[in-house]
Amino acid sequence: MNPNLINFIYLVAGVLFILGIKGLTKPKTAVRGNMLSALGMLLAVAVTLLTINEVDYRYIVAGVVVGSLVGSIMALRIQMTSMPQMVALLNGFGGGASLTIALAEYFSTLGAAPTSMADILVPVVADSSAFGVGTEGTFALIAIGLTVMIGALTLTGSFIAFAKLQELMKKSYGLPGGPVGNAILVLGALTAVVYLVLNPGNMGAMLAIVGLALLLGLFLVMPIGGADMPVVIALLNSYSGIAAALAGFILGNTVLIIAGSLVGTSGLILTQIMCVAMNRSLANVLFGKMAASGETIDADEVYAGKVKSAQPDEVALMLEIAQRVVIVPGYGMAMAQAQHAVRELADAMEAKGVEVEYGIHPVAGRMPGHMNVLLAEAEVPYDKLVEMDRINPTFEDTDVVIIIGANDVTNPMARESEGSPIYGMPILNVDKAKNVIVIKRSLSPGFAGLPNPLFAMDHTLMVYGDGKKAVVEMTTALNQA
Amino acid sequence: MEILILLLALFVLSLFLGVELITKVPPTLHTPLMSGTNAVSGITLVGALLAAGGDGSPMLVNVLGFIAVTLATINVVGGYLVTNRMLAMFKRK
Repeated sequence: MNPNLINFIYLVAGVLFILGIKGLTKPKTAVRGNMLSALGMLLAVAVTLLTINEVDYRYIVAGVVVGSLVGSIMALRIQMTSMPQMVALLNGFGGGASLTIALAEYFSTLGAAPTSMADILVPVVADSSAFGVGTEGTFALIAIGLTVMIGALTLTGSFIAFAKLQELMKKSYGLPGGPVGNAILVLGALTAVVYLVLNPGNMGAMLAIVGLALLLGLFLVMPIGGADMPVVIALLNSYSGIAAALAGFILGNTVLIIAGSLVGTSGLILTQIMCVAMNRSLANVLFGKMAASGETIDADEVYAGKVKSAQPDEVALMLEIAQRVVIVPGYGMAMAQAQHAVRELADAMEAKGVEVEYGIHPVAGRMPGHMNVLLAEAEVPYDKLVEMDRINPTFEDTDVVIIIGANDVTNPMARESEGSPIYGMPILNVDKAKNVIVIKRSLSPGFAGLPNPLFAMDHTLMVYGDGKKAVVEMTTALNQA
Repeated sequence: MEILILLLALFVLSLFLGVELITKVPPTLHTPLMSGTNAVSGITLVGALLAAGGDGSPMLVNVLGFIAVTLATINVVGGYLVTNRMLAMFKRK
């Protein structure tokens, strides 16, 4: 095929990816956008298959068949609550693909591959001209080295993120020295990249990059707690995009560069959004723990004798006469599998003429936008899901706020108490509403380990117990009223 | 070298375009955005096809190529399917 035609089709594929993401800017056009993007992918793959000749197709066919099977099974069977794990795994596979492409490109350009330990120790005689003349050869080797490094650390980092989200790994492990240990690994891997560029035939250097980067992925993610995983997933998402773009430089392929940079920026922007929502810097999420509070706040002192509780049927009476109710869901709601029950309660209220909306904090789920997906699955219309900045001004005109499975994102200390570790974190200003109902098992603290003064406020009522059961009882009482 | 500069220009412009596009995606769709861009990053499949199974390549290269094709295909197929599954839930009223 004419190379100009091939590149033109790659350009069309790139445009389809861009239109695909543009489609995602509105829920109505999103499905079509995803289809356009998939069409672009099909075009790019088809034209590539037509270009390659003198190729052993057995490896390609086997890979496509296995990959399609595994991919479809994963996509069709995954539970919506487990979506973060799915994305973590996909990220890992993307990193792994970039890693293996760069390795294959390296060994095939070199025209040699290690068959025994001895081969690794004895460098193949090769000058960088095998990878391109002059600067081009150097650049190609840098791109290969960096792709291997980012691909490998995305691979292991993502699998650790998966294990943490799946709660297979509950403890946190780190290198001695924390960030210093990781910095040494980064420097080691970069040194190996430089060494490889100077001695292209040195397979030992290549293996060192692989080994160090795999370790780096492990130790970067292992010390990070489960609650910070949304940030890590978004960041790894960005890495898998950057790795794809770098692979594009190795192969001189335009569509890889376009697609890779779109994914890279998407991951970075989502990382930024998550960090702002948690009021922490990226460095703090990756390397630090929550700052210890200046003064320890005694939970008993905050709560003593001030917390009032109510039964679900009493709450139903309040809901019946309310004009506007806002439901604030947290991940605890998903854990209790209460999404459908919550939607039924909202339906019952709307049947009585109550205006119902949902207030969604950016870190309400386990990944950006996760809560919206969980509620959409329970058939809550997406226009009822209101983001923090738009719902906050409406709390003063809200009669009842129902908080289910959320804690820290409603803690007024983030607004008022300057010494508090969560001070400055953007929160849902639920305490401005006329009445606040908190459905919770006990007064136990959230992830930040802080008592929540909201629970002790005059206009707050606690409903203790299982979230789903409490909501179902409220619905029943409301329907009978 | 000229090609390299052109590729670099494409890369930088795509980054700016990415920022413009992604910031317009509403928070409601951030999870499908992540799984969807994940599928897009499966574009490495193109690279994998180019790297896989050259005739007469060392066995190791063929094996690496096979792994690359498999992993990238999982990304593409899994990513688009699961995104479609989620978006379909947002569509219905």
